[in-house]
Amino acid sequence: MIHLLWLIPTLPFLGALILVLAGSSLTRRTAAGIGCSVIGLAALITLLIGYEILTTHTSAYSDIAWHWFTVADLSVGFSFRLDALSLVFLFVITFVGFFIHVYSVGFMHDDEGSTRFFAYLNLFVCSMLILVLADNLALMYLGWEGVGLCSYLLIGFWYEEAKNGYAARKAFIMTRVGDTALAIGLFMLFGVFRTLDIQEILTKAPQLWSTGSQTATVIAFLLLGGAVGKSAQLPLQTWLPDAMAGPSPVSALIHAATMVTAGVYLIARMHGIYELAPLAQQWVGIIGAVTLLIAGCSALTQSDLKRILAYSTISQIGYMFLALGIGAWSAAVFHFMIHAFFKALLFLAAGTVIWSLHHEHDIFKMGGLRKRMPVVYWTFLIGAGSLAAIPLITAGFYSKDQILWLAWASARGGLWFFIAALLGAFITAVYTFRMVFVTFFGEEKTHAAHLPGKLMNIPLTVLAILSLIGGFIELPHTFGHVTWMSDLLLPVLPTTVLHEGAESSEIMIQIIAAVVTLGGVSLAYWLYIVKPSLADEVKSACFDIYRLWYAGWRFDALYNTLFVRPFVWLSAINKRDVIDQFYTGLASATEYFGQTFSRTQTGVLRWYIMGITVGAVIILTLSLLLNP
Amino acid sequence: METAAVEYGLVLAGTLFVLGLISVLIRRNIIFMLISVEIMLNAAGLAFIAAGARWGQADGQVMFIFIITMAAAEVSVGLALILQIYHQLKTLDSDAADKMKG
Repeated sequence: MIHLLWLIPTLPFLGALILVLAGSSLTRRTAAGIGCSVIGLAALITLLIGYEILTTHTSAYSDIAWHWFTVADLSVGFSFRLDALSLVFLFVITFVGFFIHVYSVGFMHDDEGSTRFFAYLNLFVCSMLILVLADNLALMYLGWEGVGLCSYLLIGFWYEEAKNGYAARKAFIMTRVGDTALAIGLFMLFGVFRTLDIQEILTKAPQLWSTGSQTATVIAFLLLGGAVGKSAQLPLQTWLPDAMAGPSPVSALIHAATMVTAGVYLIARMHGIYELAPLAQQWVGIIGAVTLLIAGCSALTQSDLKRILAYSTISQIGYMFLALGIGAWSAAVFHFMIHAFFKALLFLAAGTVIWSLHHEHDIFKMGGLRKRMPVVYWTFLIGAGSLAAIPLITAGFYSKDQILWLAWASARGGLWFFIAALLGAFITAVYTFRMVFVTFFGEEKTHAAHLPGKLMNIPLTVLAILSLIGGFIELPHTFGHVTWMSDLLLPVLPTTVLHEGAESSEIMIQIIAAVVTLGGVSLAYWLYIVKPSLADEVKSACFDIYRLWYAGWRFDALYNTLFVRPFVWLSAINKRDVIDQFYTGLASATEYFGQTFSRTQTGVLRWYIMGITVGAVIILTLSLLLNP
Repeated sequence: METAAVEYGLVLAGTLFVLGLISVLIRRNIIFMLISVEIMLNAAGLAFIAAGARWGQADGQVMFIFIITMAAAEVSVGLALILQIYHQLKTLDSDAADKMKG
């Protein structure tokens, strides 16, 4: 079964190819059917391969599907490698991707461009699968840029509106900043190792570099730059809230579950380099900690349902970066998986709400949807509970609790990381339940026009179940003690080094985390259900901070002043293009001389004869003078 | 037979050539311009004859026959053009045919 690995990325690619080439002659139903079934098949193959790997305890499987190119002694192939890390990503991409595809059939039912939509979505899944399966960095970069392209195409999917196009371009350009750093990092890696094979690099790196080596640190920082751009972390996070201009299934698949976590995958995949560059690894953690806090604060103030979720995504990826930074590799991957479940669920549920209310995004114009849309309400509640990490019953608790505890207990962690994570957990609980209470409780403000059908409800239900039980594959030491996830990842990712005597504090940390989360939920309950007027008072009392957070800490304004305006100013100066002046000058000089000399063509025959005569006389005179 | 000095022949040819040239330049009637061109051709022919006689070679006379042949062709084409010009412009003034100015 495992030799069918190459089919997993190929199937979505074929789907995209068919939809692009024959899309116009297919009915929308057929197109949606093709789009879904290729992902469904890929998911099925993933399931079979995963079963085989888990039962036979294969640690890794490599397969060269095809030769790509050869330059001098560098040979790059479409070589795939399946190990535990890529298996987890493979599962999430194909399964969550499949459910989102099914949901999209309902969501995009009335849209003119749904064939184009499924073509892009299939291409995205293909690129993402190539990214996580790639055995060499060049192929991974192909997938990396492929998902960037699809993200651009899908954010700007409704291109009739100019602002969607701007959002798409912003996302493309911002991530490109990171990708440039990543590309330079890859060049440097090639320069040092003369190969782009990931396993070879990871094996050779410890032999070549000592811990803290300067080259290793520079490369680790450059790779981090790429990860920061793709995963919308500080300082390149501003594109993600705007990326919500795309359709909701896109936000769920690309901007929550899969693509934005590519940065996490990259760092986890290249963990060997980061182990050798403690400074860079520490910065991964610092960036994660700061990002999770500032994005959480922004989420507190947003009124657009999808923007809240967007900031929440940035914040949760901040948790994953924090986990990577403290060496809690498997905790980061675990949180990635659980986050993919509940955030895809939240985005799909939010999409349903927005879809039912005629594209109304403002949560303060919603309200009272609890009774009208029970399925959406319950699934959204489960997703929200998982995001806020409600203790014991939700999957989010187990994944986030692990990060919280390791932030305290890991040898590379520390008090500050722990405080940031704890504060982040509190903020998460507040904004999540603010969103739930305002949207689904209270009185009905907008009437839900059309209710979602089965195609949209089933994916919601499945993802809700996953968001509840997904956490039980990894239970903490204090109760249960299940370690399936970390056991699975053990051959790929190193275990976290704890500092001495940390084990005893685990139960304390869990209790603190639970209390903080429940405190956040009750605060939201108090502010938005019991005393709604209080929320407005708080808002007007700290209006300046509110506005700052609402504008995402004004990073957009800062970048506008620092980069966009000087660039626009320079372009305005150079509007006439300095280099081009030379060529324009050449052309106008030619034209000038042409016009001048054309005056000598009088059309009078005798002038021409005169000219010939004078010329002949001059030539004769000269030849007589020069050759006596 | 005493041959005339070659210099006389050449001076005569030169004079004829310059006269022809001047008359081409100052005449506006196309027929007179054509006649002047004939004079210039014959001046050139005379120069060949004189030179051929000076060196005792037949080449000069061969060239002259060529020139006569060419002049005949030239006159026939020239006259046809003159007829056309007259047909189109109703005048023989060469300055009137200046439609091709740049």
